[in-house]
Amino acid sequence: MFGRRDPDARGYFGAYGGRFVPETLVAPIEELEAGYLAARADPAFRDELDRLLRHYAGRPTPLYEATRLSAHTGRRVFLKREDLTHTGAHKINNALGQALLARRMGKRRVVAETGAGQHGVATATACALLGLECHVYMGAEDMRRQALNVVRMQLLGAEVRRVDSGSCTLKDAINEAMRDWVTNVTETYYLLGSALGPHPYPLMVREFQAVIGREARAQIVEQSGRLPEVVLACVGGGSNAIGVFDAFIDDPGVRLVGVEAGGERIAPGRHAARFAGGATGVLHGTRTYVLQDAAGNIELTHSISAGLDYAAIGPEHAWLRDLGRTEYAHVSDAEALEGFQTLARLEGILPALESAHAVAYLPQLARSLPAGAHVLVNLSGRGDKDVQTVMEALR
Amino acid sequence: MNEVRTQGRLANTFARLRQQPGATGLVTFITAGDPDLERTAGILRALGRAGADVIEVGVPFSDPLADGPVIQRATERALASGTTLSGVLDLVGDLRAELPPPIVLFSYVNPILRLGSEAFADRCRRAGVDGVLVLDLPIEEAGEFRTLLASRGIDTILLLSPTTTDDRLRRAAALGSGFLYAISRLGVTGARETIADGAQEMVRRIRAVSPLPIALGFGISKPEHVREVGTWADAAVVGSALVSVIAEAGASSGLDARVEEYVRWLKS
Repeated sequence: MFGRRDPDARGYFGAYGGRFVPETLVAPIEELEAGYLAARADPAFRDELDRLLRHYAGRPTPLYEATRLSAHTGRRVFLKREDLTHTGAHKINNALGQALLARRMGKRRVVAETGAGQHGVATATACALLGLECHVYMGAEDMRRQALNVVRMQLLGAEVRRVDSGSCTLKDAINEAMRDWVTNVTETYYLLGSALGPHPYPLMVREFQAVIGREARAQIVEQSGRLPEVVLACVGGGSNAIGVFDAFIDDPGVRLVGVEAGGERIAPGRHAARFAGGATGVLHGTRTYVLQDAAGNIELTHSISAGLDYAAIGPEHAWLRDLGRTEYAHVSDAEALEGFQTLARLEGILPALESAHAVAYLPQLARSLPAGAHVLVNLSGRGDKDVQTVMEALR
Repeated sequence: MNEVRTQGRLANTFARLRQQPGATGLVTFITAGDPDLERTAGILRALGRAGADVIEVGVPFSDPLADGPVIQRATERALASGTTLSGVLDLVGDLRAELPPPIVLFSYVNPILRLGSEAFADRCRRAGVDGVLVLDLPIEEAGEFRTLLASRGIDTILLLSPTTTDDRLRRAAALGSGFLYAISRLGVTGARETIADGAQEMVRRIRAVSPLPIALGFGISKPEHVREVGTWADAAVVGSALVSVIAEAGASSGLDARVEEYVRWLKS
């Protein structure tokens, strides 16, 4: 039905995507696109990545039937355990893929942005492994709430550069990483962490994350004998969601549901649910749904989870939603906290606050499903990094 | 592709400059709304009095990823004073009759999309805007937008960088009008001590494919820079350095006089 789903020659998924970048970046991005397409077609590159994913990152990750959570929810729930990868989140899948690509393209210097710090840690890890110089831009506010990840990156040999502009979160870290890239473009590889940004990033990041869905689809069929009714994932930029959705796109009986960050409430500056308050626009090189004001300035966002605290959503999500293939909901900070505690107490798993948004939507989702329905939840990361935040929030 | 190139104030200005031996055009950039739109009006009049050949009016945007710290801070001040694209268009319209130099609007793409490209083009025409440069709208994305502007007699100013390939230079030469804006170095906007080494070569490469006037920018802050650029390009663009002057004088009653004095010095 949807087939391979490469964007068109200009990088569009339907009306979304494209390449809205300053002139200086056009030629380097064209070089990146050519480099990526060549690597994708090269069996040696794929073998090298597969080897690292298997023996270094710990893939395949388990699919775990969460029986106590299932009893609690009233539907059978299966968790795809991306939290069990090396570095503790799905981000490593993309970081290893792109770091290999950087090395293949002869770039010795890597820059990245990070929100929750998971992408920064994954990038620092991949750079250490492959002997690349690594600089990670991180908003001052995120450095405060994800202090543990800052130290992890530094221990891995990366330089963490503090960003004090704008809202001091992920959006501003991307601005600063792009400024670095535009300045040092000849020797620098920009390792973007989500399915966002100018073409070819949304395509490339999806492809590196598609391993999640490939594994999960085979695992759930093996364990339960059939496909699930729903695949559920949290959506910030949308890389873990598009990664797990990918293998199910052509299974019309499987609903694909993304959960955005509802924050405190759906009001300007208080949430990060692009489909609840956004309009089409351009941010960071891609045309998609963006939270913005009447004058076209990007709105501040809020979420208890740094990884979902971003004003735009990956362009392919916007396209799939237009086509009616995917659907999106949002849960509040308070609900996410409840999801976090539910999973901890019922299953002995501390999820990342990002992933807790998907868990938190289960009760509401369950009501729309027949008894006996199966739900696959992508548990995108583990929650060690969030313990402090959760403690403060519960106090 | 084949419609007649607009022949407005920008073309006239550069034609006049080319007829004056030894003259270097001066393109001045300011961030509209820094410190507020009322004082921007005074600054624009001062630029006109001081003899700026082209005035670039920067539209503040929340995420100016191609700009360095000086213009980022100016943008923050402008947004804090409530400046919007719509307000900037109104201001230009109000002042148009009393400002001799052509006016180029300098913007990121999202505020324009939010207003609507066609509505934006209509309002530019009504305000008397002569050219529009959109920082994050490369030629691949600019086609339809350019048509909307051209049909209203407004030039689309394209930006060229040291990383622009010869093939793209040719495409920009075919699509651009008014003048071509060459940036002399990689990186974000900001004043520097010297002109980039590759700047002359950059201008030579553009000259080889286009008869359009060339303005060279990024890093220019002194009269000697302007004179040096004038030996190979049609005009020099001064942005961050002027924005710094405005930032320093921003709260004082001498703001307009300081701007006028600085621009006269650049032209000396």
